[in-house]
Amino acid sequence: MTMTKTTYREAVRAGLREALQRDPLVFLMGEDVGRYGGTYACSHGLLEEFGPERIRDAPLSESAFVGAGIGAALGGMKPIVEVMTVNFSLLALDQIVNNAATIRHMSGGQFSIPLVLRMATGGGRQVAAQHSHSFEGWYAHIPGITVLTPATVTDAKGMLLAALREPDPVLIFEHAYLYPMEGELEEAGLVDISKAALRRQGRDVSLLTFGGSLWKSLEAAERLAAEGIEAEVIDLRVLRPLDTATILASVRKTHRAVIVDEAWRTGSFAAEISAQIMEGAFYDLDGPVARVCSAEAPLPYPKHLEDAALPNVEGIARAVRGLLGA
Amino acid sequence: MPTLGADMSDGTLVAWKKKPGDPVTRGEIIAEVETDKAAIDVEVFTTGVIEKMLVQPGEKVPVGTVLAIIREAGQPASAPAPQAGPGRLKISPSARQLALELGVELASLQGTGPGGAISREDVVRVAKAGGMRHETRGGTGEQPLAPVAEAAADRLLRMRQAIAAAMTRSKREIPHYYLSTTIGMGRAMAWLGEENLKRPVTERLLYGVLLIKAVALALREVPELNAVWKDGQAAQSRAIHVGVAISLRQGGLVAPALHDTDRQSLSELMQNFRDLVKRARAGSLRSSELSDPTITVTSLGEQGVETVFGVIYPPQVALVGFGKVVERPWVAEGRVLPSPVVTATLSADHRVTDGHRGGLFLAAVDRLLQEPSRL
Amino acid sequence: MNVPADRNHALELLRQMLRIRRFEEKTAELYSLGKIRGFLHLYIGEEAVAVGALQALGPEDAVVATYREHGHALVRGTPAGSLMAELYGKANGCARGRGGSMHFFDASRRFYGGLAIVGGGLPVAVGLALADKLQGRPRVTACFFGDGAVAEGEFHESLNLAALWKLPVLFLCENNLYAMGTALARHQSQTDIARKAQAYNLPGEAVDGMDVLAVEAATAGAVETVRGGGGPYLLEYRTYRFRAHSMYDAERYRTKDEVEQWKQRDPIAAFEGLLREWKCLTSDDLAAIEADIAAEIDKAVAFAEAGAWEPVEDLTKDVYTERT
Repeated sequence: MTMTKTTYREAVRAGLREALQRDPLVFLMGEDVGRYGGTYACSHGLLEEFGPERIRDAPLSESAFVGAGIGAALGGMKPIVEVMTVNFSLLALDQIVNNAATIRHMSGGQFSIPLVLRMATGGGRQVAAQHSHSFEGWYAHIPGITVLTPATVTDAKGMLLAALREPDPVLIFEHAYLYPMEGELEEAGLVDISKAALRRQGRDVSLLTFGGSLWKSLEAAERLAAEGIEAEVIDLRVLRPLDTATILASVRKTHRAVIVDEAWRTGSFAAEISAQIMEGAFYDLDGPVARVCSAEAPLPYPKHLEDAALPNVEGIARAVRGLLGA
Repeated sequence: MPTLGADMSDGTLVAWKKKPGDPVTRGEIIAEVETDKAAIDVEVFTTGVIEKMLVQPGEKVPVGTVLAIIREAGQPASAPAPQAGPGRLKISPSARQLALELGVELASLQGTGPGGAISREDVVRVAKAGGMRHETRGGTGEQPLAPVAEAAADRLLRMRQAIAAAMTRSKREIPHYYLSTTIGMGRAMAWLGEENLKRPVTERLLYGVLLIKAVALALREVPELNAVWKDGQAAQSRAIHVGVAISLRQGGLVAPALHDTDRQSLSELMQNFRDLVKRARAGSLRSSELSDPTITVTSLGEQGVETVFGVIYPPQVALVGFGKVVERPWVAEGRVLPSPVVTATLSADHRVTDGHRGGLFLAAVDRLLQEPSRL
Repeated sequence: MNVPADRNHALELLRQMLRIRRFEEKTAELYSLGKIRGFLHLYIGEEAVAVGALQALGPEDAVVATYREHGHALVRGTPAGSLMAELYGKANGCARGRGGSMHFFDASRRFYGGLAIVGGGLPVAVGLALADKLQGRPRVTACFFGDGAVAEGEFHESLNLAALWKLPVLFLCENNLYAMGTALARHQSQTDIARKAQAYNLPGEAVDGMDVLAVEAATAGAVETVRGGGGPYLLEYRTYRFRAHSMYDAERYRTKDEVEQWKQRDPIAAFEGLLREWKCLTSDDLAAIEADIAAEIDKAVAFAEAGAWEPVEDLTKDVYTERT
């Protein structure tokens, strides 16, 4: 296995480039993916390499170009549609929920939609309430689509390539905060998108998290280790279909669970994981399941308020200590 | 109801010799029971106090049925509360489980977790300090299993023994032959679908009822299969009482009769069948239901089984097994179409009938199922 | 209008319109018997549109339709039995019974639904056309939608996108004057729908949707432009639905007189009269056509009746592609 030091952004770009090189049916479509080079520069340089037919700038018509991605997939292409951010995906919700997720089942299995939909997600960059949403959990509610949340550079590339092999729609949520992050890119081929990943072993508590919150959870685990508390960190990374077995195995080992989810607590994906633990590992629990989520308010602009609203390292550590009575 | 030989499938309680609260000693006679052969005395194998009578005089019950609960000497009254108010104890689910496994008294635990909750560590600490109630679970410690659980286990064992006796006798004495046919269920299922649309949810029909009714009507055409073997010869029964095999949740099975099956409408059959299942599982079947079946129908469709080769329940001379209704390629009017089908298997006593009659019977079942509206 | 050069073709147009009408009359009957449930949006009155428009398409072309698509699927060639079984919800239906009236699908005829969120089909059609363009296939995607969809953002986004990328899409608006119960003038500032094409720089044309020959001619012309690489085309068929929006509604939004006036322009009666006038049709011809259709519909009903229900254990099958 070779390792290369790279950024998350470059890893996404490497994945896009490899996909475009490998399969002429693949094309990238979205707002400012071409001349601008991608809002987060993920597709920088690809227009020059692959031309405007395959690196296709779309107008600000989320519903139309996401729907066109669905249609193109039905027509035999392998579209990668980039919706700039999850915030704008709300304008395409009808296409995702009513068409992409239903057509295979509703047609009795006659049609497949091999569509990959990428978007940036999450808060923490002081861009205020309308540009800081975390709706991965909403999408994970919907049967018929697969929801991925790569948190490492290896997953950023490997999950994209794995998603392109799926015959059904896959949504990839890239936490905007991760794009400049550096990491080791393992060239180990495809990532297994049916499994959660164990990022840190521990015996006292399971920190269950995904996306941008993974790194906060790992940092919290370090802090706790200094206090003699060994936290296990599970990167869920596939929200649907959820790898419940890995979650339950960890909870059965540690007997305690803290879920870290950047979305709002009420009706969150964290609530779903908590319910799964109740159903599958109730008698293994040595304390109530705890959740660290965002404060129940639109995300504010000023840094001190935004910091207070989002899950943070100390908040995670505090939740663990509370659970342990430490 | 104790078993007094392989032939005995049930017995009627004639009279109690004791009443609740009476002390009994091992070997004492507590009841009189009548079987097919003779009246017998029932002795107890336990010393203790009679707590509750479960069967009343005049009731006929299958072998293995619990007649009464006896509290053993030195044992607390039934449904004991092992700990005071365990529901209010602040203990984690995992700690509670661990305490149970290690035999640690919950009352002996002191919580040191958040808010004084008892955690796994608290349990382990007490266990290490020697606070275990007994060495192993179900061992010979001072606290045996609760009487209710014991009675249930006993009932299960006895039922198993009765099944063992009947089935062994069946296979020893009855020369079985088996015939099987696959029956197209397209019409029946379509009819059922429509019929059910018209019915409120509580009155919907299950396809199993169609099968039972078809068997009952087919028996009118081949009555030799509707018989019991008695004293070296078959005695045909005028009435058709189809016994339906019902598995019990705790294990074992019973096959009580739907009386006059052929004369009941589908709605009546459905209602009676539901009632029978409910009562079988609650242990409140009537004795006639257990003694009267003239043939048995068993279906393992719910378990995904496709073909059932059943063992005849003596003294009956036939049993019909149905598998699951599955979609299969099916040729109708020269075209292959997916169609629901079911495999029906007849197990019959060769002393009474031959394959020819058996074949006619299965053909009749098939024909009847093609005209579901007339069932 | 001239006497059609090809009498057989003219008779076929009449036959197809009658098929739709008789099929739907039967479905209304079956609905009242409880054999068909859910929503049932009938096309009666609008038959000339589907029949005329679909003449212009070849088997390689794609169709995206709405929840009022029984007629389109019939004309496209999906067997009536398979459609009837779908209406029953039976497993031998064209979508295994899972979609029902609003969701007919037929991959073998490139029939992509039966998409029942108003306006939701337009972007999909744009994508199908994009796939054809990217793969260099000379195919056309026909997208039907109603006047109600014109108020949706997806209409405007899709017209713009298709025109911007010169995609081979036929936008076919079936303007029956009501978005459910809201009259056109009550939901559009500009009621001349065909004119909206100008804003997106594509050709737009309004056609008498009660005249099957006019519909056929206009659509054939539009298809020629689109297939020739001219980019998308908007046709507005001005038509009218004779029955309620779905099976039953109180029809408080329109008068009986208005409905009666439109019924005077019944596309089937009108075309029949024309054919008789032109001596292309005798009463015997018509009787033979009706008898054929009646037999076809009887067979379709029998097929649906004989169909099985999809086993409950298959409920979650095909949510995702089965992995092997």
